[in-house]
Amino acid sequence: MTLTAPVPARTSRRPAAPPRRPVRPLRVLLHVFLAMVALGWLTPLALAVYASLRPYDETARLGYLSLPEHLTLDYYGEAWSQAELPRYYLNTLVIVVPGVLITLMLASFTAFAIARLRIPGRRTLLIVFTAGNLLPPQVLLTPLYTLYTMIPLPAWLSDSQALYDSYLGLILIHVAFQFGFCVFVIANFMRTIPEEINEAALVDGAGVWRRYWQLTLPLCRPVLAALSTLQFTWMYNDFLWALVLMSSGDKLPVTSALNNLRGQFFTDYNLLAAGSVLVALPTLIVFQLLHKQFVAGLTLGSTKG
Amino acid sequence: MAVKTRRYSARDVTILVIGLGVAIVVNVGLIWGPTLASVGLSGTDWNGIGPIEWIGGENYADLAGEYPPFWSAVRNNVLWLGFLGLIATPFGLFCAVLLDRRLRLSRVYQSALYMPVVLSLAVVGFIAQLVYSSDYGVLNAVTGLTVDWLGDRSINIWVVMVAAGWRHVGYVMIIYLAGLKAVDPALKEAAAIDGASESQTFFRVVFPTLRPINVIVLVITVIEALRAFDIVYAINRGRNGLELLSVLVTENIVGEASRIGFGSAIAVILLAISLGFIVTYLSQLFREER
Repeated sequence: MTLTAPVPARTSRRPAAPPRRPVRPLRVLLHVFLAMVALGWLTPLALAVYASLRPYDETARLGYLSLPEHLTLDYYGEAWSQAELPRYYLNTLVIVVPGVLITLMLASFTAFAIARLRIPGRRTLLIVFTAGNLLPPQVLLTPLYTLYTMIPLPAWLSDSQALYDSYLGLILIHVAFQFGFCVFVIANFMRTIPEEINEAALVDGAGVWRRYWQLTLPLCRPVLAALSTLQFTWMYNDFLWALVLMSSGDKLPVTSALNNLRGQFFTDYNLLAAGSVLVALPTLIVFQLLHKQFVAGLTLGSTKG
Repeated sequence: MAVKTRRYSARDVTILVIGLGVAIVVNVGLIWGPTLASVGLSGTDWNGIGPIEWIGGENYADLAGEYPPFWSAVRNNVLWLGFLGLIATPFGLFCAVLLDRRLRLSRVYQSALYMPVVLSLAVVGFIAQLVYSSDYGVLNAVTGLTVDWLGDRSINIWVVMVAAGWRHVGYVMIIYLAGLKAVDPALKEAAAIDGASESQTFFRVVFPTLRPINVIVLVITVIEALRAFDIVYAINRGRNGLELLSVLVTENIVGEASRIGFGSAIAVILLAISLGFIVTYLSQLFREER
């Protein structure tokens, strides 16, 4: 790489790198180091996939780090049919899809009110909402659990007839807990939208709802895409809320249901590995497909718009 | 309030009241209300059903004096924080600095490093068992040792922290990488022209401009250390050397004996530690905004 030659490829959005002498050996060392770290990072995942493909008695005899004698997809079949993973995936969908949608609706409207309207106390609101998202869940777990057992629900909403052990209860706590982060990120984003758009609409006599729904929200598509990717992953990965706020085993979301693959006295880790891979798969796919949105979501909160 | 003679129609006010009202009710009802209730309940003796009895600071005295898991949990949480803060976070920063240059395969390295970030910590816990299992785990196979990594209570916390760090490094790296990309390249050029070495440029010029990012990473690290739960719960329900404050709180409600007052007292200690960091973080964040 010569010092001033224009670099044609994908990094053209950045100006030329600071002048650096082309020291080859260091470059090689850098690559070797990074490749080793990357390999080390992928090894546990690869190992889980490998273990899930081998019969238990084989790995029990030879250990996980051995050449395979048999490779089989049986454990996937077992996890899929015997452990009834499809049902748990469905449970997750029932919780996560409304969870993400309601969170984003509520958060975007709140962010709009905070960032765009001069409502009194908007700063305090933003601080309180953001702080709520930073609390460790265990801080509010005990009273929340008690509260959930005391709030009755009609039988058509929940067969437990209480907020405890109901899908609605899980959706609500996800919304409440993730809401603060989303408000913070969306409000920051909305501040970067030129105020003039709003002013013009105001002159035209557009009401609050129109300015929010028809004028501001369409411009927020990038941040909403990033947040929905991120929120999907977080809600999907939840383990704690379902563990504490659900009691019926058949209503658990898939991440918590994974614990069921562990036997009372004996755990077949190869089966558990297959289950782990199946559970990890949706988030890994989302991550591969929506890589950009995912990273944007994580960094939007940190680099202020 | 209504500057520039802005008027809201009755319909606007209704929409605002409903929208913000729902947001506030949900937030107060499910987050801040229960948090305050934790504080209140921590002074009581209650099993969740019978009468509530006020006992003042007795729960806290019991915690400190007669409940051995408490101190082992405190120790583990501190270790956890130290490990994430002093090893995992700097390593994530180091990787971000290495990757923040025009490098072939950079995207591949990045993807590998933050692949674990999208995994649930429970899944990380299960995968850790494949690596650390004493009989046929990979670690023993590679090193030729016969250590019970997860069963030996003097070492299991360390190997579990490595598994947690596996995920944390990628997280930190993403955030720092975004921060580094936003640093004005002219700064680095100027430093290079002045004859600064690459490490000097980083420590004297680039790192100080990353201050807002550093604060965020610090908060994420602290919060992650206090929230740590899933991974130890997936491994052995947080017992036998893997006690954490979060586990103790949870055990007091999902366990057989529901000691709500006692569990709340542990929660309040978690709250006190986290509030310190949250307040520092938010005051910095919102001061800069003005």
